Amino acid sequence: MRADDTILASGDEAVALAARHAGVALGTGYPGTPSTEILEAFSELGGRAQWAPNEKVALEVAIGAAFANARALVTMKHVGLNVAADPLFTAAYTGVSGALVVVSADDPGMASSQNEQDNRHYAVAAGIPMFEPSDSQEAYDFTFQAIEISERWKLPVMLRLTTRVCHSKSVLRPRPAQAPEPPPVSYSKNIRLRVMIPSNARPAHRRLRAKLAEIAQWNEASGPNRELEGERSLGIVSSGIAAVHAREAAPHAAMLKLGMTYPLPLQAVAAFARSVQRCVVIEEGDPWLVEALRAAGIAVEGKPEMYRFGELNVSRVRRILEGDVSPEAAPPPGKPPELCAGCPHRSVFQALKNLDCIVAGDIGCYSLGALAPFEALDTVVCMGAAIGMGLGLRHALPEDQARRVVSVIGDGTFVHSGITGLVEAIYNPPSTGHLLIILDNGTTAMTGMQEHPGTGRTLNHQRTGKLVFEDLARSLGVPSVHVVDPTLNPRAFEELVAECLKRREISVIVARRTCLLATGRIKEMEKADRAVCPVE
Amino acid sequence: MTSGGAQVNIVFAGLGGQGVLKASDIAADAAFRSGFDVKKSEIHGMSQRGGSVSSDVRFGRLVHSPMVPPGEADFLVVIAPDQVEVNRWQLRAGGVLIAPASVDQRALANKKTLNVALLGLLSTFVEIPEERWLEAVRANVPERFLDANLAAFALGRQAAHTEVME
Ligand SMILES: Cc1ncc(C[n+]2csc(CCOP(=O)(O)OP(=O)(O)O)c2C)c(N)n1
Ligand code: SF4
Repeated sequence: MRADDTILASGDEAVALAARHAGVALGTGYPGTPSTEILEAFSELGGRAQWAPNEKVALEVAIGAAFANARALVTMKHVGLNVAADPLFTAAYTGVSGALVVVSADDPGMASSQNEQDNRHYAVAAGIPMFEPSDSQEAYDFTFQAIEISERWKLPVMLRLTTRVCHSKSVLRPRPAQAPEPPPVSYSKNIRLRVMIPSNARPAHRRLRAKLAEIAQWNEASGPNRELEGERSLGIVSSGIAAVHAREAAPHAAMLKLGMTYPLPLQAVAAFARSVQRCVVIEEGDPWLVEALRAAGIAVEGKPEMYRFGELNVSRVRRILEGDVSPEAAPPPGKPPELCAGCPHRSVFQALKNLDCIVAGDIGCYSLGALAPFEALDTVVCMGAAIGMGLGLRHALPEDQARRVVSVIGDGTFVHSGITGLVEAIYNPPSTGHLLIILDNGTTAMTGMQEHPGTGRTLNHQRTGKLVFEDLARSLGVPSVHVVDPTLNPRAFEELVAECLKRREISVIVARRTCLLATGRIKEMEKADRAVCPVE
Repeated sequence: MTSGGAQVNIVFAGLGGQGVLKASDIAADAAFRSGFDVKKSEIHGMSQRGGSVSSDVRFGRLVHSPMVPPGEADFLVVIAPDQVEVNRWQLRAGGVLIAPASVDQRALANKKTLNVALLGLLSTFVEIPEERWLEAVRANVPERFLDANLAAFALGRQAAHTEVME
């Protein structure tokens, strides 16, 4: 804390701090860059934070807490909201009793994601209010405001962050006093509001639209939207990180900076657009804002299509304002990441390469098996897809190729969304059988070593119930289940894979060896456990 | 001091595991403690696995974007020798390059403190008092590595008297 009562904090830390100051009773979510640090920071600040097995469950837990009148926070990366979309859309109908803030951390430019989807579309599609902070102060302030709006209109509210908001540090003045007291937590029965059978859901949809109309009026009059002084020859409408790039690129322009972008304050934007000679919308990602404004009959300019791709920065905004569509210089390529020397995944990919397997892969550190020197991973689509896609390949391919198909999935990813894939394998087995390899390295390495149900530890590393993969597979009726350390005897491991491929049945190999970077910490935790409970 | 202007733009670059983000955290903290407006941004994720990492620090009276625009860095601090050329485009004309060769690495007791040694050299160029730098190093480095890092910082500051790379 500086003498002027400010701190230097990342956007993720700012959300955590605001959640703590606002008395959020439960923070839940699923790890994913760039959102992961929110719950970690919330936990460090003394908040109750927990990782769910996946984003859908996380959101459901948060909805439950908000039905109990509590303030709840749920965090995920952009693609996580795809997984959680089912409860999201209907929670907009039921509404909540307490507060529910849904953090979607988007990754324009794909610093570490498989796509750059623009989740502003979700706010519109589901019909939930959306805030878009541009720095840590706003991340802090808008978290408060999201809670307030959620409680006032009894709706889930989306806090839409992007990589450069989450992972940038900027100066922040906390204002804990601005938090209204959390309401008392208790259940009051209301079947009509919470049971979305069609007869209840039809009026609920109308209720939702009426709430959104009221919130639009609130946003016009008192939303966190600011007009910044400037010359009237150029006006810029912007939000989020794009707004700070734009302010720097065109310091003399007038600007309308929107903090709440759904429902839009259309009258305010229309008045602003009329007050300037040229009005340009500066937004990262899809041309969503510009299209919404044009649909409302507001005369605004957008950006050339080439700027839909990747992140914006100050020089790209300058180019947009100049209408410059000449090719952009690509920065020289840096060094690509690779599996750590000594990573246990290496032994598995060496075996799969030697056996010339067709590998349906998944997302995690082990996605790097697609790169040299292995080039032994043939598909990556979304978390959990390895199993279903492997089965589909087996169903469709001629037998000689089908028998080379293997599904490879990390332990974290298997828990997230691989279990139903394994159920499918039992239910609709390919005639050639199938082989699933679970890479059990004892952590969620990719996103920075988070715990998950398969590690048997909670977010803050306390022991809890543990999902045992081989027991689960056996209980599902998988006929051939093996647990091996692939690094101990690589040759024996390769032989085991070859043998499983020959069988016309479903096989699961749990390749168990801790991630090199996590091993030290896991050993320390186990030592501490033994000290506490020596007889075991 | 080359920084005199309104805003100072620093880009830190290197490979995962070299302390690129730690160096930028310390620099941002030192600027913050000196009363400046500061923004710092970074890209991490896959970078944990030894890939390229970079981080921007900007400070001055008022900072808007957290990212240094391409080709506008006043200082480029590169911790991996083989990452110098791939990052040179970030530097503005007349900007200062601070690279491993800028300090006497043989004199470093702990090789992992190269990042902080380069900060020592950087500190001689920017208008942040030495005491604020030292506070920032203390606040961002674990206790047991503190002495090694303070020694590295001092070594980097020394380097300024012997050689300045452009
Ligand atoms: C729906 C979704 N949520 C979160 C992520 C972020 N993410 C990428 S990989 C991964 C898990 C990796 O863990 P694991 O499967 O255990 O593999 P490891 O990295 O440890 O090898 C996560 C959470 C994502 N890509 N998609
Ligand atoms: S962090 Fe762990 S799982 Fe990831 S590449 Fe390194 S050793 Fe392998």
